[in-house]
Amino acid sequence: MTRDKARELMREALRQVAPDADFDTLPAGTSLRDDLELDSLDFENLVTQLSERSAHRIDEDDYPRLATVGDCVDYLAGLEASRL
Amino acid sequence: MVAEIFEFTMPSLGADMDEGKLVEWLVKPGDQVSKGDIVAVVETAKAIMEVECFRPGVVQQIVVEPGTTVPVGAPLARFAALGAPTSPGAAGSEAPAQPEPVAAAAGVSPHGPGPVAHPISATGPLIRRMAAELSVDLATVHGSGRGGAITRADVRRAASESTASRTAARQPHPGARISPYARQLAEQLGVDVSSVHGSGRGGAIRTDDVRAAARAQSEPARSKSGEQPAAAELTAAEPDAAARRAEAARQTTARLMARSKREIPHYYLRTTVDLTEALAWIRERNRELPVNERILPAALFLRATAIAAAHVSRLNGFWQNDQFVPGQAINLGVPVSLRGGGLITPAIMDAGQLRLADLAVRLRDLATRAKAGRLRGSEMTGATITVTNLGDLGVESVYGVIYPPQVALVGVGRIVERPWAVDGLLGVRPVTTVTLSADHRATDGATGARFLDVIGRSLSQPEKL
Amino acid sequence: MSTIETTYREAMRAAIRDALIRDDRVFLMGEDVGRYGGCFAVSLGLLEEFGSDRVRDTPLSESAFVGAGIGAALGGMRPIVEIMTVNFSMLALDQVVNNAATLLHMSGGQLNVPIVIRMTTGAGRQLAAQHSHSLEGWYAHIPGIRIVVPATLEDARGMLWTALADPDPVLIFEPGALYPMKGQLDESVREVDIDRAAIRRPGRDATVITYGATLGTSLAAADALAGEGIDVEVIDLRTLRPLDDATLLDSVTRTHRAVVVDEGWRTGSISAEISARITEQAFYDLDAPVERVCSAEVPMPYPKHLEDAALPQQVDVVAAVRRSIGDGG
Repeated sequence: MTRDKARELMREALRQVAPDADFDTLPAGTSLRDDLELDSLDFENLVTQLSERSAHRIDEDDYPRLATVGDCVDYLAGLEASRL
Repeated sequence: MVAEIFEFTMPSLGADMDEGKLVEWLVKPGDQVSKGDIVAVVETAKAIMEVECFRPGVVQQIVVEPGTTVPVGAPLARFAALGAPTSPGAAGSEAPAQPEPVAAAAGVSPHGPGPVAHPISATGPLIRRMAAELSVDLATVHGSGRGGAITRADVRRAASESTASRTAARQPHPGARISPYARQLAEQLGVDVSSVHGSGRGGAIRTDDVRAAARAQSEPARSKSGEQPAAAELTAAEPDAAARRAEAARQTTARLMARSKREIPHYYLRTTVDLTEALAWIRERNRELPVNERILPAALFLRATAIAAAHVSRLNGFWQNDQFVPGQAINLGVPVSLRGGGLITPAIMDAGQLRLADLAVRLRDLATRAKAGRLRGSEMTGATITVTNLGDLGVESVYGVIYPPQVALVGVGRIVERPWAVDGLLGVRPVTTVTLSADHRATDGATGARFLDVIGRSLSQPEKL
Repeated sequence: MSTIETTYREAMRAAIRDALIRDDRVFLMGEDVGRYGGCFAVSLGLLEEFGSDRVRDTPLSESAFVGAGIGAALGGMRPIVEIMTVNFSMLALDQVVNNAATLLHMSGGQLNVPIVIRMTTGAGRQLAAQHSHSLEGWYAHIPGIRIVVPATLEDARGMLWTALADPDPVLIFEPGALYPMKGQLDESVREVDIDRAAIRRPGRDATVITYGATLGTSLAAADALAGEGIDVEVIDLRTLRPLDDATLLDSVTRTHRAVVVDEGWRTGSISAEISARITEQAFYDLDAPVERVCSAEVPMPYPKHLEDAALPQQVDVVAAVRRSIGDGG
């Protein structure tokens, strides 16, 4: 997945879960939990959004790799588009 | 034949609610509604909620306009009753569209720009921080987002407006609409009426508004200790809509909790539960489940509590008129933190009938809707026992205050790895602390102990969940 | 205290009978009050008991018999003059306004007119536009006369004697709709004060000010609102002139909200006067505009549903109180 595509997915997913957050102005290091105040349910919803939009099943084992906004974009960008 | 006219009234969405603000109508005169259809959005001191109509009918007249606050029981609209129940198909086709699920309703309200005066629930920490940095009074910002939510663009726009106009907005209006008695009271209480939001006709300030403002003034900022420092500063500087709302919610919680501690002789029990089996089990399950149905550990505790409540029914119900009244079903109250700050405790209805996987889905749905301000009125009143989970916040145990008139509250702490002996062997295992706060009028410690024991045993046999 | 079950009509009759017994200067006159027993049967049986000197049928000329009554009062008698309905009293307006109300003043205090004029007022009985209006508010405009409206059995029984004891003209307006009203009445009631309004139901959240037939409507509305936790005070004015400002203002200063319920038309009505006095004297205690519930500004219709639609109903009072509370906290 291209980086632009990854950013676009993250922007959309974040808008669902934290409508008050403006992805374009957030530094990559913005912590989902500490800065955006996502709780575990919010996080789970974010993962659901990302999974659905990327058509990639994000496993719980990968959760530690999704700590910041930038992490999420990196993670998505690292996906092969063909994987399901 | 003249149809019977019935009034659709402001519902009581909790024992502590005495008035509510009609935020939005989802129906208009001429619309036909079926039993259970959501017809309006109502804002209470605690939350914005969707309200169902419990009788089929046709909307005749809207009595209360959006933005109006009325007491519980006041008529909001008049409906002509539909005598013979229409066939489900017909009713379905004529019924007004249900609000779209929140997840699909990004950006724009499906019902057009809602006349939400101050959609505070949607004002999250980032907006608050930004507003504080730019010295923007959120109460004066028109929200262009979904349901009138304030977006960052709105805050920026407000900030870029001339300083003069913003200053003017905060100056006392020489012609501010205020009732004579409210003006007199404001002088007595030392309330600056230019900062008071009027809830009366045409925005007129009433005595209730002045009293609320006086309470907000006298309440020191420490009551907002749970909030962001930035938000607290904002609150102290400008008693804006968010602060008023937080204040109202604070007052509501204060009344309820004071009543609880005044009336309920609490006893507390605590146990530590080994979650090795349970966590491994949901991990396996989650590999198979669709991502959006994954089971969170929180659901485990809800399921275990539902099982325990079924076994030890004396803890599921209410203490009313000096006696225990058993709950008709097991409805689990679940406190949910709102993004705008504040807490709301809706219920998962009839949780006793739900298996773990279903309960997990319901928990997600409930939390999502709670955060989006799309709860149903019935979900606010039904809880028979509450499960509070502070695990996300890192504490190890919670000794909670019971929600009257309920008789028990289960507290769940963080899941931590601890040295743990099993069969004489020491290992490191994930454990958590489960506590029970119970009403000693309704039960004795032995009952509570059995209850916690069932929870502990249920969690050690996850396959039975 | 022993009570009897009675009706408003019977309580009125008992009051007239009692007056005829207690004071031989008292006599009753009017159209059909004797042999017919009164158009609304209030004086039924009195001719037989007291004879035609004291219960006198008159010609159909309101001006003539009200004038005769004023003359009798000036001559030392204590006449009770019955006018069939308030609409017909228009024909006697000259006597009431130009004579009864003025003579004390014009004679430099030498001539007082101790007359009591009774008449039926109000709608609710399908008697249409010439028998159903509520014009007592007009009379309350006139200095020199006292206007009372009994709305309860006790007042129906007790106001007449107090009125007869007044050295000046008193007009008693009897809401026709109340004649059949049944209830328990303390047997010992003989006379009641007619100077003060009465708080018929105490409450905290709003004051409903009313009189006559709409007292019942207002009390029913207060009951309905109590079910919603709205605690309404209901004041029965009893006397429209002179108005008991003190009771009204004291109540409004406590509740901060006032709703005036008046079966008369809104424009230029007693409800307008009350609203004005509240605004003049309790403005700074108001938390909402004064609300008024009055009759529709049309001649009273004959058909039942239209008459109902024209009159203040319980739902109207409930709605007005809610507006007041909703607007005023």
